[in-house]
Amino acid sequence: MATKLKSVDVVLVGFGWTGAIMGKELCEAGLKVVALERGVSRDTYPDFAYPKIADELTYGIRGKLFQDLSRDTLTVRYTLKDTAVPYREHNAFLLGEGVGGAGVHWNGQTYRPSPEDLQLRSHMSARYGRGFIPADMTIQDYPVTYDELEPYFDRFEYLCGTSGRAGNLNGQKIEGGNPFEGWRSRDYPTPPVVDVYGATLFANAAKQLGYHPFPQPASNASRPYTNPYGVRLGPCNLCGFCERFGCYLYSKATPQTTILPVLLKLPNFELRTRSLVTRINLDSSGKRATGVTYIDEQGREIEQPADLVILSAYQFHNVRLLLLSGIGTPYDPVSESGVVGKNYAYQMMSSTSVFFDKDVAINPFIGAGAGGSQIVDEFNSDHFDHAKQGFVGGAYIIGGQTGGRPIQQLSVPAGTPAWGAEWKRAAKDSYLHTTSVVTHGSVMSYRDRYLSLDPTYKDSVGQPLLRMTFDWHDNEYRMSKFVTDRALEIVKTMGPKSHSTLLRQPGDHFDVRQYQTTHTTGGAMMGSRPDNSVVNRYLQSWDVHNLFVLGASAFPQNIGYNPTGLVGGLAYWAANAIRTQYLKNPGPLVQV
Amino acid sequence: MSSNKTSLARRRFLGKAAIGVPATALLEGSKGLVQNAIAAESDPSSYRPTFFNDHEWEFLKAATDRLIPPSSDGPSAVEAGVPEFLDRQMQTAYGHGGLWYMNGPFFPESVPTLGYQLKLAPRDLYRVAIAAVDNWCTQNRGNAFAQLSDAQRDEVLTLMQKDQLPLRELPVRVFFAQLLQNTKEGYFADPIHGGNRGMGAWKMIGFPGARADFVDMSAQPGKVYPLGPVSISGKRG
Repeated sequence: MATKLKSVDVVLVGFGWTGAIMGKELCEAGLKVVALERGVSRDTYPDFAYPKIADELTYGIRGKLFQDLSRDTLTVRYTLKDTAVPYREHNAFLLGEGVGGAGVHWNGQTYRPSPEDLQLRSHMSARYGRGFIPADMTIQDYPVTYDELEPYFDRFEYLCGTSGRAGNLNGQKIEGGNPFEGWRSRDYPTPPVVDVYGATLFANAAKQLGYHPFPQPASNASRPYTNPYGVRLGPCNLCGFCERFGCYLYSKATPQTTILPVLLKLPNFELRTRSLVTRINLDSSGKRATGVTYIDEQGREIEQPADLVILSAYQFHNVRLLLLSGIGTPYDPVSESGVVGKNYAYQMMSSTSVFFDKDVAINPFIGAGAGGSQIVDEFNSDHFDHAKQGFVGGAYIIGGQTGGRPIQQLSVPAGTPAWGAEWKRAAKDSYLHTTSVVTHGSVMSYRDRYLSLDPTYKDSVGQPLLRMTFDWHDNEYRMSKFVTDRALEIVKTMGPKSHSTLLRQPGDHFDVRQYQTTHTTGGAMMGSRPDNSVVNRYLQSWDVHNLFVLGASAFPQNIGYNPTGLVGGLAYWAANAIRTQYLKNPGPLVQV
Repeated sequence: MSSNKTSLARRRFLGKAAIGVPATALLEGSKGLVQNAIAAESDPSSYRPTFFNDHEWEFLKAATDRLIPPSSDGPSAVEAGVPEFLDRQMQTAYGHGGLWYMNGPFFPESVPTLGYQLKLAPRDLYRVAIAAVDNWCTQNRGNAFAQLSDAQRDEVLTLMQKDQLPLRELPVRVFFAQLLQNTKEGYFADPIHGGNRGMGAWKMIGFPGARADFVDMSAQPGKVYPLGPVSISGKRG
């Protein structure tokens, strides 16, 4: 029998980026907010303190800051006919858990989507004809435009102290920024982090080929910065322990370095860690949430009533909680009915190690996370003519490196044995003289790619795991080949001694053993109608009006960019709708 | 006999440790400090495994010594203390499978691209696989793995890598992949974990370890980094 607590105005399920943003916004509106986080409490000091954080094995390889998979993971299968098996160890993606979520161990890439990414189906159909989009590709438009979201992208970047160089200020093109980006109302809050040497070599080659490389937008502050909440970040020192690690220098924007110092002190805010929400409770009509049930640190079942429930967990967990709570109709790929779990998508990468002679000191251990790399965006979104290419989507090309941690990031030339004296000689000869060029590409959504509850496997409290049904489609192999060919033209222009490339070839399965990105999306997508989406344009559940579902679960398909800029922008957009519309008149914000 | 060895090792250790460890720490018997000092200073051959038995220990030394062999380029896996690293890892949550989802049912015949699907935690994987490979070597090459010649050991490791050494107990490629990954971990991880003795692997490739501050260098693109490595323990190489 669950212990029932006193009701609060708002309960947040999960306390990473979106939970922290929403918590701050709704506390400002005067509401009593409780955040339930299933993981542990952690902060810059002492949890990410130097020198213990500079431990590749503990953080980079064993994943001390990631979700504890021993308690909860998901299962994976390739087709509807297969039996799924568990994702037993972190490799392909690094799920978030604990205060700050995956926002602790990200790299800081802070992109906005291209304007056409948000109206992808209508844009591609208009430019290339309706027949251009394959029949089984279930992409659809976001129910919100770039122009509407611009002020909220801006808010997230100014929260983070994002470093970068504008390419389009209020419609005016700026030399040295991204010429393809949507307009921005003002420049980045801090200038770009200095380029690492590999990025300089890449950018020089890209310019020779007529491209327009620019510094990667990075929430790694390039100088001291105080954000609008009055929280201060310090300049990045290019330590090379960024993605997979916590930042010991207060330079990488995380909930801890941008929001929590203010939010945790507010009298109307309360954080409860080690609190595992097991379901969202509904009233007898099934149309209103009454709160959530969770298991606390002592194993007790607790009911927390609330007027407003915000799902702000990692994308997979948002979808799983909707399914476990019976909210919305689960997607069925056979009858193509239902929406919860539909349009799961991912990203497809290729990577090329670029080996130089011994007189070129790349010093790969110098890395600033997202900062210090250079980007070519000519082949992303619809920045190029897709007519002859026969695929939807694209990728950016990135040159440089985030660090040179030797267990994970040491490369040896193609043809080198994986062990023995030859491997050892190659490791010694290559390490200091190697950089990388990566393509970071979109994945579309498809009829047969989705999320559902697993029929067999359970988590530590006996609830079904989420099941992913996913494998690559031809569209993505073609996209990756085309953009990788362009990347290799740049690589050859860099004049290296040799290079070796990992490209997913047609027929290759999605390989859970190879890290690609932690950019898993969809399953609770936003859309224009209840029959094509789980949430409306304000991330409000169509079925339960006092439930909002934040995060990348709202993406109808994935973009070629890193998702956090869009995730943060959408969180501020939803918070604004709650503050200015919902609180005055609680009910559906979109009528159909 | 064994107590003589221990006291000799201890005398050796005290003689060397006096250089780097504050006397107060020794007097207070700070266990962590003393253990770290042993790991950093003593001869790799003096480490006594606490998880692996004698046969397993001989196997691991013989196998890792071929995966990263001795040469003028830098330390071998054994010289770097990789076997000690492996033994210590087996005692951690990782070794016990505590970091992985280990609920069944298990489908070990799943395609490799779906990742690790054995019921065995790392420490059990090592135990089962070493016995099975040694058994195969005895039956097919006339000796346990550790007693084979370098060329024979390379041949067996290659068969394991290519999944061409059939074992009833497990798919041998899974064990080989785990062994190679853990060997490279022990070779390149910070010495606080028991391998990478004297930061020898870092010196070989030029990685500066836990320095983690390159503001000065970022203003000098393409210049050779001038400093040697440093460990989390504060030791400099």
